[in-house]
Amino acid sequence: MTPIHLGAVDLAVAAVLVLLCAGASIALHLRVHRQVLWAAARMVVQLLLVGLVLRLVFRAGSPVATVGIVLLMIGAAAREVAVRPVQRLRGGANYRIGAVVVGASSVATVALALLTAIRPSPWFDPRYAIPLMGIVLGSVLNSASLGLDSFFGGLVAGRAGIEAQLALGATMREACAELTRNSIRRGLIPLINQMSAAGIITLPGIMTGQLLAGMDPLEAVKYQILLLFLLTGAGAMAAAGAVYLAAKSVTDERERLRLDRFVP
Amino acid sequence: MPDHDPLSTRGPRLELDALVSAHGGPFDLQVEPGECVAIVGRSGSGKSVLLRLIADLDPHDGEVRLDGLARSSCPAPNWRRRVVYQAAEPAWWAATARAHFPSAGVPAVLALLPGLGLESPLLDIDIARLSTGERQRMALVRSLACEPRVLLLDEPTAALDQASTLLVEALLAARVAAGLSILFVTHSREQAARVGHRVLEVRDHRLHAP
Repeated sequence: MTPIHLGAVDLAVAAVLVLLCAGASIALHLRVHRQVLWAAARMVVQLLLVGLVLRLVFRAGSPVATVGIVLLMIGAAAREVAVRPVQRLRGGANYRIGAVVVGASSVATVALALLTAIRPSPWFDPRYAIPLMGIVLGSVLNSASLGLDSFFGGLVAGRAGIEAQLALGATMREACAELTRNSIRRGLIPLINQMSAAGIITLPGIMTGQLLAGMDPLEAVKYQILLLFLLTGAGAMAAAGAVYLAAKSVTDERERLRLDRFVP
Repeated sequence: MPDHDPLSTRGPRLELDALVSAHGGPFDLQVEPGECVAIVGRSGSGKSVLLRLIADLDPHDGEVRLDGLARSSCPAPNWRRRVVYQAAEPAWWAATARAHFPSAGVPAVLALLPGLGLESPLLDIDIARLSTGERQRMALVRSLACEPRVLLLDEPTAALDQASTLLVEALLAARVAAGLSILFVTHSREQAARVGHRVLEVRDHRLHAP
């Protein structure tokens, strides 16, 4: 079965729904019509640009171009992780945490999938590596930013309790243990939801895409299962890594809680 | 063989040497074994800053010694088990008071409760259901259960009625007589004169004679 190609008219028909949404915003005084139209226009331009770039990279098959695209994606995801919490560490430490956890967890899981399960030739084939990286990064971004936001927020809210434990001789690791666990758990919730809902409540995006592209449903399911396993591993690594690095950033050599390291 | 603890080899005596941070100091002070030093001063004068610096909870310069042993040579958690700081509003991090004590320490805790007018069932009820005064006395139990050499108390009777205040003072006096050294921050000059062998005042973030 070959995929059904979409033309400009097909997309224009679907765009009517966006116009209806903007119209409803005007009629109901929701005052979001400008944002809806701007976001839709931005999405179309971004995706068309990405499509054009990917077409060029796929055709070239160059490892340098593939690595360049992957690094750009990791950089953008790391930035999102860094800016999500209300609290920012001085000296751009949020960005360092974001870059380390996003880079390490996504590269490790995508490399694992490319070298073991999918095994394209060459192994870095951009047609596989880039989409896989995109999906994994989405999950990693979610888990790391939820974990980081939860941990930093918990430190500020629970400062008195943490310092009371320190004052009685606890280490920072002991004093923050409960908060650390809760923050990592928070980062894992979207992954658990995603796996629990897959197939019953939702048809995951990648599987839907492959079904629409004409793939046999069982083959599409196998890909989806592989992806969900990858996303879970990457997300767990990212959430745990973000929280542990965050804890290290607010602990000094005398086991003090250093909230003064946040930008006021 | 038990761990060797250099802090336990000599009697306690606290010595502050030019302790200074962005929020107060320099503070210089010596506290003898079994001495209670009362600290008075207006709100915001730096009394709590002084106690937090001694407990090593805030970054600063200067040195503190316990029996001649420099704090900088001692891991921070070990130091804070010997020199225990109790904040003016003690915080709790578990659902019940009992959950704040290691199970091996519960007999000692149970022995402390009557002296402060507390009953053992209070250990197992939701900490939020204790009155402010009960929580403050329970915090003192928590601090004493660590068996510190020096106790840094920030307004430990601020939320207590007269009877409970006297119970706390009597218990602390007995501990001081047994060798415990205390820095006792209070707003009341009468209480300072009652509990302290010496009274000092923090003015403009420095220690002075009152």
